[in-house]
Amino acid sequence: MVTAAPGHQRLAFAVMLIVLIVAPFVVYPVFLMKALCFALFACAFNLLIGYVGLLSFGHAAFLGGAGYASAHAAKVWGLPPEVAIVVGTLVAALLGAVIGALTIRSRGIYFANITLAFAQMVYFFALQAKFTGGEDGIQAVPRGVLLGLLDLRRPYVIYFTVLAIFVFGFLIVHRAIHSPFGQVLKAIRENEPRAVSLGYRAEHYKLIAFVLSATLSGLAGATKALVFQLASLTDVHWTMSGEVVLMTLLGGLGTVFGPVVGAFILIGLENYLAQLGAWLTVVQGAIFVVCVLTFRRGVVGELGRWLGKPL
Amino acid sequence: MTTQALFGQLLIGLINGAFYALLSLGLSVIFGLLNIINFAHGALYMMGAFVAYFLLQWAGLGYWWALLAAPLVVGLVGIGLERAMLRWLYQLDHLYGLLLTFGLALVIEGLFRNQFGSSGLPYGIPPQLVGTYNLGFMFLPVYRAWVVVFSLVVCLATWFVIERTRLGAYLRAATENPTLVQAFGINVPRMITLTYGFGVALAALAGVLAAPIYQVNPLMGANMIIVVFAVVVIGGMGSIMGSIVTGFALGIVEGFTKVFYPEASNTVIFVIMALVLLVRPAGLFGRTA
Amino acid sequence: MTVTRLVILTLVAILAAAPASAQVSDGVVKIGILNDQSSLYADLSGQGSVVAARMAAEDFGADKKGIKVEFVSADHQNKPDVGSQIARQWFDTDKVDVIVDVPNSGVALAVNQIAREKGKALLISGAATADLTGKACSPNTIHWAYDTWALANGTGNAIVKTGGDTWFFLTSDYAFGHALERDTEAVVIKAGGKVVGKVRHPLNTQDFSSFLLQAQASKAKIIGLANAGGDTTNAIKQGAEFGIVKGGQNFAGLLVFVTDVHALGLQAAQGLILTETFYWDQNDSTRAFAKRFAERDRGIHPTMVHAGVYGAVLHYLKAVEALKGDDGTKVIAKMKELPTDDPLFGKGSIRVDGRKIHPAYLFEVKKPSESKGPWDYYKLRATIPAEQAFRPLEAGDCPLVKK
Repeated sequence: MVTAAPGHQRLAFAVMLIVLIVAPFVVYPVFLMKALCFALFACAFNLLIGYVGLLSFGHAAFLGGAGYASAHAAKVWGLPPEVAIVVGTLVAALLGAVIGALTIRSRGIYFANITLAFAQMVYFFALQAKFTGGEDGIQAVPRGVLLGLLDLRRPYVIYFTVLAIFVFGFLIVHRAIHSPFGQVLKAIRENEPRAVSLGYRAEHYKLIAFVLSATLSGLAGATKALVFQLASLTDVHWTMSGEVVLMTLLGGLGTVFGPVVGAFILIGLENYLAQLGAWLTVVQGAIFVVCVLTFRRGVVGELGRWLGKPL
Repeated sequence: MTTQALFGQLLIGLINGAFYALLSLGLSVIFGLLNIINFAHGALYMMGAFVAYFLLQWAGLGYWWALLAAPLVVGLVGIGLERAMLRWLYQLDHLYGLLLTFGLALVIEGLFRNQFGSSGLPYGIPPQLVGTYNLGFMFLPVYRAWVVVFSLVVCLATWFVIERTRLGAYLRAATENPTLVQAFGINVPRMITLTYGFGVALAALAGVLAAPIYQVNPLMGANMIIVVFAVVVIGGMGSIMGSIVTGFALGIVEGFTKVFYPEASNTVIFVIMALVLLVRPAGLFGRTA
Repeated sequence: MTVTRLVILTLVAILAAAPASAQVSDGVVKIGILNDQSSLYADLSGQGSVVAARMAAEDFGADKKGIKVEFVSADHQNKPDVGSQIARQWFDTDKVDVIVDVPNSGVALAVNQIAREKGKALLISGAATADLTGKACSPNTIHWAYDTWALANGTGNAIVKTGGDTWFFLTSDYAFGHALERDTEAVVIKAGGKVVGKVRHPLNTQDFSSFLLQAQASKAKIIGLANAGGDTTNAIKQGAEFGIVKGGQNFAGLLVFVTDVHALGLQAAQGLILTETFYWDQNDSTRAFAKRFAERDRGIHPTMVHAGVYGAVLHYLKAVEALKGDDGTKVIAKMKELPTDDPLFGKGSIRVDGRKIHPAYLFEVKKPSESKGPWDYYKLRATIPAEQAFRPLEAGDCPLVKK
C-alpha cells in the first residue's frame, strides 16, 4: 500500500509544476535546465542522507560517471538521446551497486570517507582514461532527436524534456519514501538494532536505497551531459560531492522539496556571482557555516516548521 | 633501477612520510580527543605558511621565528573558531562538525585567494639549512633531513604528552565522560578549546615546514586535505600512534609507487584506504565507531 | 490559501535570482572577457585581461569614432560547463558580440563550439591547445598569443640548437601534458637531440623529489617540464632545493608565464628556459604599455596572454569599423583580411585557419644578481621569426584550409 502524500504537499507539488512550466518563457532556459538537473541530483542525494541517514561524500562519481557514459554513447556510438541517457543511468546504477556493496557496512564518518575514497578512484580513472578526454572532457556531444520526433536542439523542446525527466525522478523518490520500503528505511534510521530484531535485513534495505540514489544521480548526470553537450572532470571532482551536500543542507535535509529549492538557490547564486570570481567560494562556505549553526532545517525545513506542516 | 637509486627513493619516501605524519597529527588529535572532524585543517595549514611569509615580508622575521609564532597565531585563530562556532555542535551528530569545518575551509581559502591570487608567493629555505649532503647514492638536501628529524620529534612528543602524561590522561578522560571529569574540578570546556587550538597549531607548524619547499599558495591546503584525511582514517580515527605510523608508511608506499607506477602515486592512498576500511572499518589502530 | 501563496512566493523569489536578460540596442559592441579569476590562471589572465581589453578600446579611440563599446566579464572557474553556460547566456540573452581570452583548453574548446553554432566571434588568448587552429578550427575563432605547438617548437628547437641536446621529460599525466611532451619530443629529435628518459607524474603533485632524483640520475642536460601551473612551479622550486641547476642541468619550462617566475622568485627560477611571444621589457612601446597596465592592475606586469587580449580587441575593433557591423562570422573574416599592427606584437597577420602569426622568443630567467628590480626577469636567448614560430598551415588538419 502506498500512502498518499498529505494534501498540502500535493498542492505544493502542483504549484512547483506550474511555476516550472511557465518559467522558461520568463527566465533563460539553459539556466533552468541546469538547476533542474542539479535539483534531481540533490533529491537523489537527499534520499540517502535525509531518509537513511548516510552522508555520502562521493556522489559525484555517479553524476559524472553517468555523464561520461551518456556523452560517449551519444557522440561516439551515435545513439539517440533517450538511449544515451538510459546508458548513462545504467552505468551509474552499476557503479552504485558495486560501491554500495563495498561500503554499506560502514556508518557515519567512515561511510563518508570510504565513499570519498571510491569517488576519488573514479576521478582518477576519468582523468587517465582515453575516452573521457582528460581535462578537456568529451566535447560537442550531439543532442539529437528524442524518440525520432522531438528535435532537442530547440530550446523549449529540450527544456520540457528535461522537466519531464526531473518530474519522473522526483516522483520516484517520492514514491520510494511514501511506500512500505520508505517506512522500513525510516525505522532503520531511527533505531537500526530494533528494526533488525523485527526481522528486517537492514543492510539489504540500505543497499537498495543507495543504488536507487546512485541511479537517479546518474539520470541527472546523463541528462546534464546532453543539455550542456559536454562531460567534464568537474562532475567527478570531490568538490561536486560537496556542492550537492550544500544544496541539500540549504534546502532542508529530509524534506521533500528542500533539495529542489536548495539546488535552485545555489545555481542561481553561482550565476549571479560568476562576475565576482573567488567570492563565490567564500559565499558558499559562509552559507555552509550559517546553515550548520543556525539554519539546520534549511529553507524548506524552516518554512515547513513555520507553517506547521512538513514540506 | 639500481639498488642505489632505490635507496634514494626510499629515503625520499620516508621524508615525505614524516611530513604526512606531522600534518595528520593535528587532525588526529582533534578527532581523537574532541570527536570533531576538522575539514578546515588544510586551510589552517595554509595559514601557517602564509603567516611565515608575512613575518618575513613585513617584520623581517625569518624561519626560526615563524616556527614559534605561526603556530601561536593560527592556534589563536583556531581557538576563536572553536569558541565562536564549533562548541555549539558538540551535542549533535559528528557530521555537522564536518560540514561546518568544510564551510570554514571554503571561506578561508576563498578569502586568501581573493587577496593573494593563486600563483603563490616565494619563500626561501633558511640560510642555515641550505645545501645538500652527499650520501653517495643521492644528494639529500639539508632541509629535507631537518624536516624528517623535526617531524619525528614533534610527533613523538605529542604522542607522549597525550598518552603518557597526566595532562593527556585528563584530556582523554574528558572526552569519554565530560560531566564526571568536570565534577572533579577540571575545566573541561577550556581543555577542549585548548586542545583544538593545539591541533590547529600543529597544522600551522606543518605549514611553516612546507613553505620553503612547496609554493606558499592559497590552494596548498586543498591539495593536501584529502590525503591527510585518508592517512588519519587508515591509521584509525582516534589513534595518535596510528596516524603517525600510517603517515610514515604511506610516504614509503607512495615512494615505491613513484618508482614503479608513477601515474598512480596520487591514487594509491585511496585504494589502500578502501581496502583497509573494508577489512577493518575503524582503521588499523582505531577504536570502533 | 497561505500555504500556496507562500510556496509561490518562495519559488518566485528563487526564479528571480536567475539573471534577467539585458536589452542592448544595436550599435553597441559588447565584449565579454571570460577567464579564470579565482584559481590557477587568475594571475596570468584574470582581471588583467579585462584591463588589457579596456586599454585596447581606449587606444582605438572608440569614443571618438562613435563606436560604443561595453564590457562584461565572468569567471569560468576552469570548469567547461560553467564556461559554456556563461557563453551561451552571453550570446543568447545578453547580446554579447565577442568573447575574449578563455584560458584552459577544455573551456576554450567548448566555447569554440558554441561561438560557431551561434555565429558569434571568439578571440582566444589564454588557452594553449593548438587544436583550436587544427582539428577544431572554426570560421568564428582566432587564436592569439601562443599555442602548444609554438611553445614546443620554440623551446625544443632553440634549446637543442643552443647546446641542450639531451632531454629528460617530467610530464603531467593527462592529455595536455602528454601532448606537450609528444610535440616537444618530436621537435627535439628532429633538431638532432636525444630524449634519454621520461617520467609521468599525477596532476597536482605536491612533492617532486622522487621525480627530480630520477631526472638527476639521467644526467640529461635539459629537464623538460611538460606540465603547467602549480606542478611547474613546485618542480622548479624543489629543483632548486636539490641543486639541479647548480649541478649543471637546466629546466625547460614548456608552459611558463612571467607571473609564474614572479611567484617563484629569481632565486628558485634562475636558469629556467622558456618561450613567450611577448615580454614587457622588449622595447619602448611594450614598456610604455606595461607601465600603464601595471598602474591599473595592482602592479602586475602584463603576460603574453594580457598582450594577446589587447592585440585581439584592438584588431577586432578595427575590423568592426571597416565592416561597419559586428556580425561574428563576418568580423572574423575581415580580421583575417586586414594585416595586424599593434604596439605589442608589431606587424603581423592572421591565417585562414585562425592562427595569428607573430615572432616567438626564447628567454632565460636571470640570476638574482642580474636583475635590476621586480619583474626584470628575462634575458633573450633567441628570436624565432614569425614564419617558423607556428605550425605550418598544411600540417594542422584544419577543414578551413583548402588542400
